[in-house]
Amino acid sequence: MKYFVALTLVAFSVLSHAKTLQVGKNFPYKTIKEALAASENSDTLIINPGLYREGNIVIEKAVSIIGVNLPIIDGEHKYEVISVKSSNVLVKGLKVINSGIATLEDPCGIKVYQSENVTIRENVLIDNFFAIYLMSSINCTVEQNYVSASATEEQAIGNGIHCWKSKDLKIINNFIKGHRDGIYFEFVTHSVIWRNISKRNLRYGLHFMFSNDDSYIGNVFEENGAGVAVMYTKHVKMFNNVFRENWGDAAYGLLLKEISDSQIQNNKFTNNTTGILIEGSSRIQMSQSELKSNGWGIKISASCEDINLTQNNFLSNTFDIATNGSLVLNNFDGNYWDKYEGYDLNRDNVGDVPYHPLSLFSVIVERMPSAMLLFRSFMITLLDKSEKILPSLTPENFIDNKPFMKPLAI
Amino acid sequence: MLRILKYVIRDILNNKIVIAYALLLAVLSWSMFSLEDSSSKGVLSLLNIILLNVPLVSVIFSTIYIYNSGEFIELLLSQPIKRSKIWSSFYLGLCISLIVAFLIGAGIPILVYSPDSTGLMMIVVGVLITAIFVSLAFFSAVFTRDKAKGIGFAIMLWLFFALLFDGLVLFLLFQFADYPIEKAMVGITALSPIDLSRIMVLLHLDVSAMLGYTGAIFKEFFGTLTGMIVTFSLLGLWVLLPFWFSLWRFKKMDL
Repeated sequence: MKYFVALTLVAFSVLSHAKTLQVGKNFPYKTIKEALAASENSDTLIINPGLYREGNIVIEKAVSIIGVNLPIIDGEHKYEVISVKSSNVLVKGLKVINSGIATLEDPCGIKVYQSENVTIRENVLIDNFFAIYLMSSINCTVEQNYVSASATEEQAIGNGIHCWKSKDLKIINNFIKGHRDGIYFEFVTHSVIWRNISKRNLRYGLHFMFSNDDSYIGNVFEENGAGVAVMYTKHVKMFNNVFRENWGDAAYGLLLKEISDSQIQNNKFTNNTTGILIEGSSRIQMSQSELKSNGWGIKISASCEDINLTQNNFLSNTFDIATNGSLVLNNFDGNYWDKYEGYDLNRDNVGDVPYHPLSLFSVIVERMPSAMLLFRSFMITLLDKSEKILPSLTPENFIDNKPFMKPLAI
Repeated sequence: MLRILKYVIRDILNNKIVIAYALLLAVLSWSMFSLEDSSSKGVLSLLNIILLNVPLVSVIFSTIYIYNSGEFIELLLSQPIKRSKIWSSFYLGLCISLIVAFLIGAGIPILVYSPDSTGLMMIVVGVLITAIFVSLAFFSAVFTRDKAKGIGFAIMLWLFFALLFDGLVLFLLFQFADYPIEKAMVGITALSPIDLSRIMVLLHLDVSAMLGYTGAIFKEFFGTLTGMIVTFSLLGLWVLLPFWFSLWRFKKMDL
């Protein structure tokens, strides 16, 4: 008991030492750097409204930096704006603009170096090279930030939220637009990406590599140059995301490359050139998803195995499915296909005739992309019809044995 | 010439088939646009119908009409009128009435639902296809005095361009799959007015992204102003050449 009292007393005395430092034109500290120099661990810096041009601000103490009415921290297109090099830092309510541009050093709006428990919340980041960069960090939170850039070339811009070699991150409720990749994860594990909106980025809305055991839930990826790419990763969970309007020559709603043991559920893929492209992946459970109005619903390469596609809706896609070989090691039973023309005598809502989701034309096009010239030609429609009755070119075991008669409620 | 043109048009209108054709197009177009949830999808579905029906009606109706007007043509020839004037008036009369029917039947709904460059392209393509297939009808009618042969040939022409040509293209694609034939393929496709029109409209739609590499080549060439000029002059050639040939034959023909 004695020890406990002593401990709380010590803790209390430490806490009571924490000061609040006011920064601003008419306040004791004129610049943030000045205040940082005067601060100690667990102090709070209140940044009052104004324009701060202080070059590179380095935070090496566990302080909270809180902006009032979005004070502007300007990097003047020369510096990295804020560098966090201490754990337990909070950066909140700042407007960080115009970081430098350099492909070797990757200057950022806010960059976190090898730290723990850093929180970056409610900031606005405009026209930075990289907006937020977490490097070798643990248990950090990036929440409710508005990130925007207006670049036109991939080389001239970095990523919105860039995370490298970190773990236990929480990326929540951010809005990112106009960067190269909206959110970038490389060697990041046990993290969650939740409710973000990533829009009109030049390359990918989300770019994700070598990042095991992560979840992304409830995000919206819209009008990105090439959609979302998830690569070389195990144990990914993707729930309730929306992939929309990723339209272009090489755009995918979702690109899965070398993914294994993952779950994809309740996602919506609408108006993408290719809804999902799956390559070299295995043991993926995909269900309760809706693929609507895509050019290709799913392109699945013959190098995939144990992909279990069930209880999904395929609605008004030009091609529901395409594949590049005759080997089928995946399961497509129990989906709804709007092109299914079979019947259901016993009224159990499961069609009595198996459905072949591969159309002849999609097979031809996969073999010879230039055959796409005949797209929408009358002859192709005829060939497709005859193939449906007597399959010859399409792999026989590419089949849904239990197609649903009505769309599933998702 | 104007008087003959007037006769021809009045005669075609009396015939009522052209009115039925306009009605058919109208029903198809309005229902297509109201069935599909977006206008670009409507355009896409309508494209297939237009590229199938418009050539068919144009070529067959025109061929039969020329054969049926054989006696009238002979009567006109007994008058001091140039043969080329008679032949051209017949051509213009048929073209104008079928084009007007197309514009009323399909043109109006297209302009209502899709008043953009795609819609405009559709209409231009429809008009050109009509003119081309009327021209082809003259070509087949002038060949022989045997009605059955002439109409048969007209149907064969339609079948060839609507169906067989695509089959041929597919066959060539399979045969030469190992070679870089994309550019050649673009050239070959341009040989069929129906394919050329189809791709021109497709390139104006979102789906053009699905056309892939070959589509990109197409777009690179036909998407530019020179490409447009080339396309339209190709289609123009398809209008002029068969007609010129038929005119040349008609002038020398012993009736």
